[in-house]
Amino acid sequence: MRVTIEVNGRTVSEEVEDRMLLVHFLREQAGMTATNIGCDTTSCGACTVLLDGESVKSCTVLAAQADGHAVTTLEGLTGPDGDLHPVQRAFREQHGLQCGFCTPGMIMASVSLLAHNPKPTREEVRTGLEGNLCRCTGYHNIVNAVVDASGQEVAQ
Amino acid sequence: MIPAQFRYQRANTVEEALAALAEHGDEAKPLAGGHSLLPLMKLRLAAPEVLVDLAPLDELRFVRLDGDTVRIGALTRHHDLHGDGVLREHAPLLAHVAGEVGDQQVRHRGTIGGSLVHADPAADLAAALLACDGTLVARGPRGEREIPATEFFLGPFTTPLEPDELLTEVRLPRQTGRGWAFEKFTRRAIDWAIVGVAVCGQSVGLVNMAGTPLRASATERALASGAPIAEAAELAAEGTSPVDEPHATAEYRRHLARVLTARALEAAAA
Ligand SMILES: Cc1cc2nc3c(=O)[nH]c(=O)nc-3n(C[C@H](O)[C@H](O)[C@H](O)COP(=O)(O)OP(=O)(O)OC[C@H]3O[C@@H](n4cnc5c(N)ncnc54)[C@H](O)[C@@H]3O)c2cc1C
Ligand code: FES
Ligand code: FES
Repeated sequence: MRVTIEVNGRTVSEEVEDRMLLVHFLREQAGMTATNIGCDTTSCGACTVLLDGESVKSCTVLAAQADGHAVTTLEGLTGPDGDLHPVQRAFREQHGLQCGFCTPGMIMASVSLLAHNPKPTREEVRTGLEGNLCRCTGYHNIVNAVVDASGQEVAQ
Repeated sequence: MIPAQFRYQRANTVEEALAALAEHGDEAKPLAGGHSLLPLMKLRLAAPEVLVDLAPLDELRFVRLDGDTVRIGALTRHHDLHGDGVLREHAPLLAHVAGEVGDQQVRHRGTIGGSLVHADPAADLAAALLACDGTLVARGPRGEREIPATEFFLGPFTTPLEPDELLTEVRLPRQTGRGWAFEKFTRRAIDWAIVGVAVCGQSVGLVNMAGTPLRASATERALASGAPIAEAAELAAEGTSPVDEPHATAEYRRHLARVLTARALEAAAA
C-alpha cells in the first residue's frame, strides 16, 4: 500500500508492505536512523517516537497506522541551525547517557512526558519513563536531565 | 520480528467495519490500538489474513454521563480514560486503573475495547469493570446486544463475541461518591500484575487469579453479612485457580489476593 507520513515536517510517501512496522519505515524509508530497535517486543522503549505529538513505541505500530499522521523522531527535535532541543541539551549537561543506545527513545518519551506534565517531581519522572529501559546509567542522571529540562532546580 | 503477511484495510464507519468482518469471517481481525494484537502477530502466535483498522471511528471515542449510566466508547484510549473529568468524577476506579496499565507509550495506543476483547486474565481494566457491575455493548449483523461483564469473560482470551461482531461501548452505573481502591502487585514497574485487586464499594474484582478476571464472591458475601474487613479479606482466594509459576506460585498468589484485598478494602473505606 502507499503510505504518506509527515516525518519531522517532511512528507515521505512510499509504497510499502501492509505489514511494515513504523520503526522500519522511519529507518529505511525516511532515513531517520536515530530511532533504535532494542527488544522488538514493546518492552524497552528504545524505538519511542512521537506520533501526532505523543510518545509511542514504533516497533508496535504499523506504518499503515501512521498513514496521514505526523511523526517526530530525535532528528526532528534539533532546530534548523543545529540548536539542541532543551531536553537534548539537558541530557548532555546532566550526563543522562553512557552508551547512548536508549537515549533517542528516552528523550522522545521525556518530551512527551513534559508536554503532559511540564513540572514533574522526580517520582513522576520515574513513573513517566517506566516504559524506557536503560542498562547503563541507573536512571539517576536521566531523572536529573528531565528535571533540568523542565526548568526546575536539580537536587544533587 | 515482522508479522506474517496480511491485508490492511481501514473502516471509515462502524457499518464498513461490520461489512468487512462479515465478508472475511474469522480470517479478519479488528485492529484498535494494536498493543495486544501486533505483539502476538510479530511472534506469529496470531496470523489474521485481514486487519480491519478501526482508527477512523471517532464515533467510538467518548466518555459521557447519561442519567445514572457512564458510557465509554470502545476505542477510548487508556490515556484518555485516565485524564477524563467525567470518568474521574463518576467512575474514578476506572480512570485510576487506566493510568496503571503498562506505561505512557502503551496508554497512548491501547484502548479499553481492545483490552476487554483481548480478555487477558491479567488485564487490569477487565477486573475493574467487573467490580463496577459493567456491561459491554456489541454490534453485529444481527443487531446490538448487551453482555454483562460477569458473562463476558469465558476463559483465557475467550469471550462470547462472534468474529463478525464489534464491541462498541462499555456502560457502568455511576459510582459517584462510592469508596474505591486498586492494588496492583508487580515485580518491575511496567509488568503486568502478578495479582491485582479492584474494589468498588463492597465489590471486589481480582486480576490474574484464574483463567478470567473474577469477583471475590466469598469476600463480598462476608462483607454483606457484616463481617469486618480483615475477616472478609481472608476469603479472597476462595474459588480462584491462579497459575503456578516459578516466580509466583499459586499459593503465593492466594496469599497476595488476601493481603491486597484487605489493603484495598481498607483504602476504599477510608
Ligand atoms: C508492554 C505492554 C505492557 C502492557 N501492560 C498491561 C498491563 O499492565 N495491564 C493491562 O491490563 N494491559 C497491559 N497491556 C495491554 C494493553 O492494555 C493493550 O492496549 C490492550 O490489551 C489491547 O488494546 P488495544 O486497543 O491495543 O487492542 P488491539 O491489540 O488492537 O486488539 C486486541 C484484540 O481485541 C480485538 N478488538 C480490539 N478492539 C475491538 C473492538 N472494538 N471490537 C471487537 N474486537 C476488538 C482485536 O481484534 C484483538 O483480537 C500491555 C501491553 C503492552 C504492549
Ligand atoms: S524496540 Fe520497541 S520497545 Fe523495545
Ligand atoms: S545509556 Fe546505555 S542503555 Fe541507557
